Amino acid sequence: MGPVTTLGAARAALAGGMIEVGITDKRFGAVQVLGQVTFTVAPGEVMAILGPSGVGKSTLLRIVAGVDEDFTGHVRGPARRAMVFQDPTLLPWRSALDNLRIVHPGLGDAEAQEMLGKVGLGDRGAAFPGQLSLGQQRRLSLARAFAGQPELLIMDEPFVSLDSATGEEMLALTERLIAETRPATLLVTHARAEAERLASRIMHLAGQPAVLRDGVGP
Amino acid sequence: MSETAQSRAVPALSLAVLLGVWAVAALLTRDPQLLPAPWQLAGPFWGELRSGDLLYHLGMTLWRVACAFVLAMSIGVALGLVMGRSERLDRWLDPWLVVFLNLPALVLIVLCYLWIGLTEVAAILAVSLNKIPNVAIVLREGARALSPDLDAMARVYAMPRGARLRHVVLPQLAPFIAGAARSGVALIWKIVLVVEFLGRSSGVGFQIHMHFQLFDVGMVLVYALSFIAVMLAVEWGLLQPWERRVRRWRAA
Repeated sequence: MGPVTTLGAARAALAGGMIEVGITDKRFGAVQVLGQVTFTVAPGEVMAILGPSGVGKSTLLRIVAGVDEDFTGHVRGPARRAMVFQDPTLLPWRSALDNLRIVHPGLGDAEAQEMLGKVGLGDRGAAFPGQLSLGQQRRLSLARAFAGQPELLIMDEPFVSLDSATGEEMLALTERLIAETRPATLLVTHARAEAERLASRIMHLAGQPAVLRDGVGP
Repeated sequence: MSETAQSRAVPALSLAVLLGVWAVAALLTRDPQLLPAPWQLAGPFWGELRSGDLLYHLGMTLWRVACAFVLAMSIGVALGLVMGRSERLDRWLDPWLVVFLNLPALVLIVLCYLWIGLTEVAAILAVSLNKIPNVAIVLREGARALSPDLDAMARVYAMPRGARLRHVVLPQLAPFIAGAARSGVALIWKIVLVVEFLGRSSGVGFQIHMHFQLFDVGMVLVYALSFIAVMLAVEWGLLQPWERRVRRWRAA
């Protein structure tokens, strides 16, 4: 799984965990939300997408994640996907440990426990999500994403509504886990600092319908 | 008085008041043929218990209640789930649901007996058909309220169908299933009694039919109250503990 350097290698790299997105049209009813959105992300690369709220960032992520299949265009990428949602989106009726094991049936008890340890929840395995603080729930959601050794990681505003200390802690943790697992990562955020810190490439989603623009942007 | 002691004492006290009202009414009536006092039922109750009749007929009724309950709940849950998930199917099936919901229980029972015959199958089917629309309607609401976020999560992580049903869908439906089960048991046992009254030769309904023809109010009350006691035991011993177990994550 070497990094991709030339365009010509794109097709071969696809099998190696690259994600290729070519959306031409996405509508909700009569309203066109997304126009031409084309990009690729290589394994180990982190691409950030910035944009004002309501522009269609979450819609784009849902399409890339395979949750929304009602669009024109194509998304090709690895099968092992993980997503960190805006809300932790945990199973509130299952313990922290079970939240990892149920979603990843192949995960052994020791591995699940180790993963909890990595996000600083080593002693909270038996707790229900409702017993954890929001910061802890976010870390559990992060642990769930990385426990499957994802080839494609999608993050939808993962640090929103955290206080600055907790947010910084989450950022550092995410940085560490990405460096360790090296998935192709797509990060959506509205905070420029987060994007600059985590991403190797920053794009802007803007307009109506929204299209993807390269570079520094506004 | 502590909270738990109070929560136990109040229902008992409230039942005692009901018993008191009955006793006063019986004393005012002064006709044990029409309304026997609570203590006048002890003799007939003991007689029926010793002869084995009471337990046999209670058992038969309980068996029919259990069969109809399992049938109505499984079909009703499945129906409600698919109707809540698919708008198309809902549009097609909703009118049927309304028809069956408004079909009087008595009509369904009579038709089942006429078409299938005076058999156990007809009896249980009639009761189930009466209950299925209610269960389906409650569960349809539950299925509509399923969290789209958790659904997305399950899809992204490619959770297998079985795991999705068991760990994502059913826990969200649990309060609806418990509600349907609650009202289901109460409704089903009443309809089972009618079914037995009309066309079975065993069960509490059959006994009530017989003692009704003999104008024996006492025995009617003995059978009715005994079955109420059984159903209370089911509610407190089975349904409520189960509900507490599936809800324990909320209290934690």
